Amino acid sequence: METFFAGNYDVIVVGAGHAGVEAALASARMNKKTLMLTINLDSIAMMPCNPSIGGTGKGHLVREIDALGGEMGINIDKTFIQSKMLNTAKGPAVHSLRAQADKVKYHIEMKKVVENCPLLDVKQAEVSEIIIEDYKVKGVITTIGSIYHGKAVVLATGTYLGGKIFIGSAVFQSGPNGLAPSLKLTDNLKTNAIDLRRFKTGTPARVNSRTLNYDKMQREDGDQKIVPFSFLNDQLDIEQVPCWLTYTNTTTHTIIETNFHRSALFSGEIEGTGPRYCPSIEDKINRFSDKNRHQLFIEPEGLDTNEMYVQGMSTSMPEDVQLAFMRTIPGLENVEIMRPAYAIEYDCIDPTQLKLSLEFKNIDGLFSAGQFNGSSGYEEAAAQGLIAGINAVLKIDNKEPFILDRSEAYIGVLIDDLVTKGTEEPYRMMTSRSEYRLLLRQDNADLRLTEKAYQIGLASKERYDKVVHKVQAIKEEMERIENTLIKAKDINPFLLENGSSELRDSITIANLLKRPEIFYDMINQFDINRPDLREDIWKQCEISIKYQGYIEKQLRQVEKFKSLENKKIIDINYNDVEGLRIEARQKLKAIQPNSVGQASRISGVSPADISVLLVYMDYKRRSKNV
Amino acid sequence: MSNETIVAISSAIGEGAIGIIRMSGENAFVIANNIFKPKSSYNQLENRKMVFGEIVKNNHVLDEVMIVYMAAPKTYTKEDVVEIYCHGGVIAIKRVLDYILEFDVQMAEPGEFTKRAFLNGRLDLSQAEAVMDLISAKTEKGFDVAYQQLEGTLSGKINQIRQELLKVVAHLEVCIDYPEEDIEEVTYPEILESFVMVQNELTLLLKHADNGRIIREGLKVAIIGKPNVGKSSLLNALLKEARAIVTDIAGTTRDVIEEHLNIQGIPIRIVDTAGIRKTSDQIEKIGVERSKEIFNQADMVLFVLNASEKLSEEDQELIELVSNKKSIIIVNKIDLESKIDWAHVENKFDDRKIVKTSLLNDDGILEVEQAIVDMVYEGDIHASNDQLLSNARHIQAVKQSLKSIEAAIHATQDNMPYDFIEVDTFDCLESLGKITGETIENDIVKEIFGNFCLGK
Repeated sequence: METFFAGNYDVIVVGAGHAGVEAALASARMNKKTLMLTINLDSIAMMPCNPSIGGTGKGHLVREIDALGGEMGINIDKTFIQSKMLNTAKGPAVHSLRAQADKVKYHIEMKKVVENCPLLDVKQAEVSEIIIEDYKVKGVITTIGSIYHGKAVVLATGTYLGGKIFIGSAVFQSGPNGLAPSLKLTDNLKTNAIDLRRFKTGTPARVNSRTLNYDKMQREDGDQKIVPFSFLNDQLDIEQVPCWLTYTNTTTHTIIETNFHRSALFSGEIEGTGPRYCPSIEDKINRFSDKNRHQLFIEPEGLDTNEMYVQGMSTSMPEDVQLAFMRTIPGLENVEIMRPAYAIEYDCIDPTQLKLSLEFKNIDGLFSAGQFNGSSGYEEAAAQGLIAGINAVLKIDNKEPFILDRSEAYIGVLIDDLVTKGTEEPYRMMTSRSEYRLLLRQDNADLRLTEKAYQIGLASKERYDKVVHKVQAIKEEMERIENTLIKAKDINPFLLENGSSELRDSITIANLLKRPEIFYDMINQFDINRPDLREDIWKQCEISIKYQGYIEKQLRQVEKFKSLENKKIIDINYNDVEGLRIEARQKLKAIQPNSVGQASRISGVSPADISVLLVYMDYKRRSKNV
Repeated sequence: MSNETIVAISSAIGEGAIGIIRMSGENAFVIANNIFKPKSSYNQLENRKMVFGEIVKNNHVLDEVMIVYMAAPKTYTKEDVVEIYCHGGVIAIKRVLDYILEFDVQMAEPGEFTKRAFLNGRLDLSQAEAVMDLISAKTEKGFDVAYQQLEGTLSGKINQIRQELLKVVAHLEVCIDYPEEDIEEVTYPEILESFVMVQNELTLLLKHADNGRIIREGLKVAIIGKPNVGKSSLLNALLKEARAIVTDIAGTTRDVIEEHLNIQGIPIRIVDTAGIRKTSDQIEKIGVERSKEIFNQADMVLFVLNASEKLSEEDQELIELVSNKKSIIIVNKIDLESKIDWAHVENKFDDRKIVKTSLLNDDGILEVEQAIVDMVYEGDIHASNDQLLSNARHIQAVKQSLKSIEAAIHATQDNMPYDFIEVDTFDCLESLGKITGETIENDIVKEIFGNFCLGK
């Protein structure tokens, strides 16, 4: 095929899904000439699965992406149709924001942002080849022969790469949602010594709202008071739409069971590894046969469509079976399918081939993010895209990579887990994966991260100033409540009324807040000089007072963690380290950890191996000084 | 480098006249002051002054000791160091060590004092390699011990407790990470019930550990040989010679007998496969398999051959087995007509001590004893020390996990939100994981998806 030179860029991003757009925007906003290529411009920031952003763990990621100057939070704030803070009955660490999105609007708004971003070119093209010379990335070639030169390339191919869809016995090559798959790039990656494997995921059917009977379902509304995703938005108010809850029953299960043999899942055709946390309905019924009902949520895909997403019904059954079992469910008796559920299999990498910067260990300037790295979920993808984009820029500028560690962000946990431990199934963020959950809250992501992003030139001045102001306001309010006394006789009746014990002497507001049953917004009347503060400000004060003991405990754990994290491993030939066990030596060579801390998290590296490593490192350091 | 204070018994194994406990790190001095009551007010702890007094716990004297405090940096590790000279014998020194471990101090890892000495710049470069060797060599040994523990009742029990906790944790985590799934929330009384159960199990475990440990510790020696070569005679002779028989208890399986004795101050427990014969119906059939198991766990093997018989197939198998193990070869019944293939035996065991005995006549038993002692003092065997270490470390881990579960119980009683209860529960799991070598996160994820039906 004829090829031609089509342009010169600093950073080229392959793919325009949630990872791709964050990577491209970060790069362009950090003043690099950036190109984003996608197989179809109408699929920018497409949501091929659930119509929502956030949720437990994932909501934390979105807040962090926003705090760092990413786009996902802003975009969902523009396009959500229902918002809910989950887990409010539990502690502040696990409060998680989730919003239902208008999918089409989400796509259109994001398309506008990338189209209008200075220094960013967006083009429709399928990349068939990455140009790599001497283990260094030089650019990409598209299927129609255009050659783009770039100093860094970010791969964010999602489920397009080698995509194959399964619906019952029907199997065909396809990207998500009926879009064209990317079929040529895989072979090219293989010739460049990149190890690929197959993962699988799936999505439930979309059904026509007109054919549903909502009277038989339970209505699920959003929160009255909306907490925005983006720290830039103080308040949002929209007309929200409901979701609906209904359940399967034993008749549904019988139909599924008698058709097990028709599911692509059990026919053995699917070779990819699927995630345990989103099993298909046939999988659920197979594995949890004692459960006589499973819940499903009917969620709107947007305001301008009748399509409804059937959460909980992911399947690779043929369409007739899908229809038959859905019609046994209350409210779905006359349901019509608009898009059938399907399972999709795709090529991705073992992420231990990457550094913590998301650059390939063996290919200079090549980065990757999202489902291609073995993760699952829009939010996980966006988080990696952002970091890959930032690091592509820093790489070009010969600067230190931007790496968040496990004590700083869920993003740090996500990437460290992928890169250090690898994953055997599509990786989903969960709050339990974080050791320092009480510190990494969704409410303080800006306090944790914005300054870092400002320093590397990503977060805007406006965003940074807002955080600086917030920090100051928190400090002042903390001082005030630690020094403001309330008289016992004033508050005792209130305390008794609220099941709290009476006081003999005056008490500071801070000490009063330490009582589990007393909250900041309950005691306005006794706190006469209380300033008019934003909720996110006084909440910070309340949390740090109420949970002081636990927070301090976690801070001590972090200090311990940091001591090993700060011991950087630079240029070690593990063959020279006497006393390492063979398994540890092999693992260390393969993972090439950045720090002793990271080394200690590699499975197969024991504490004794770490001791040996420490002694060796010191030996080397002192040899140099002699 | 973490500057946690570490402690270990640093004198040689056995019942020497004194036993030395060494602490290093910033808490060493404070701890010493806490546990030590000087005999007179002139005897306060001072840098580089050895003083006389008692180790006192709750008005109870654990031992009379000499104690010396050496201030950083002019010490072996360049940290504050305290050395306590206890009365000899396992019991006194262990009591003091156990008491110290109640404070903010860690049991030293193998080679850790030396490692710190190096990292703090005390040893020169040429010694670095030796330090690494030391750590790795001890590790290999440590792995054997760890493996034994894994099979042993301790880790069986620990695993059971971990499973109980993991079940609760997974349930809590599901409620946290999947708030909208159709899953019943865990109630606080349910959490409390599980936690209290774990607390009881851990308390029980510690109680048993304190009673059983001293008896159990010591150099583990297995007597191996086919039937009728004189294993029982060897055991009896050793028992007769050793004046101090500590105790005899039946082993974990009824058919193995453990005898505890003391040879020239070295605590030893002998595992005798003869026991098998007495309780088993298949009297003449000591399976090589069974011997293997006992033998694998032993620090040292006494391998008995019969001089008056030709080497049988079973002997040959055992010879192969023993050839990779620290062992002393005892050729018994030399008073009878010799039929054994001496050349073969000497050739096979050219680097081992071969002792010729006639045990029925008490001939050669002193040589056997001497061979055991030599082997220990020549440094061939360090097992007893290692075992002591790993046991004490495990006990400390159990103590730590008990503390954590108690904190978790408090949090539950205070109706703290799930995520706060989890902080101490995770700590507890992590401490228990130090014994079994498992990490929490994967366990939890596995448990969550194994037991709960979740997803889109």
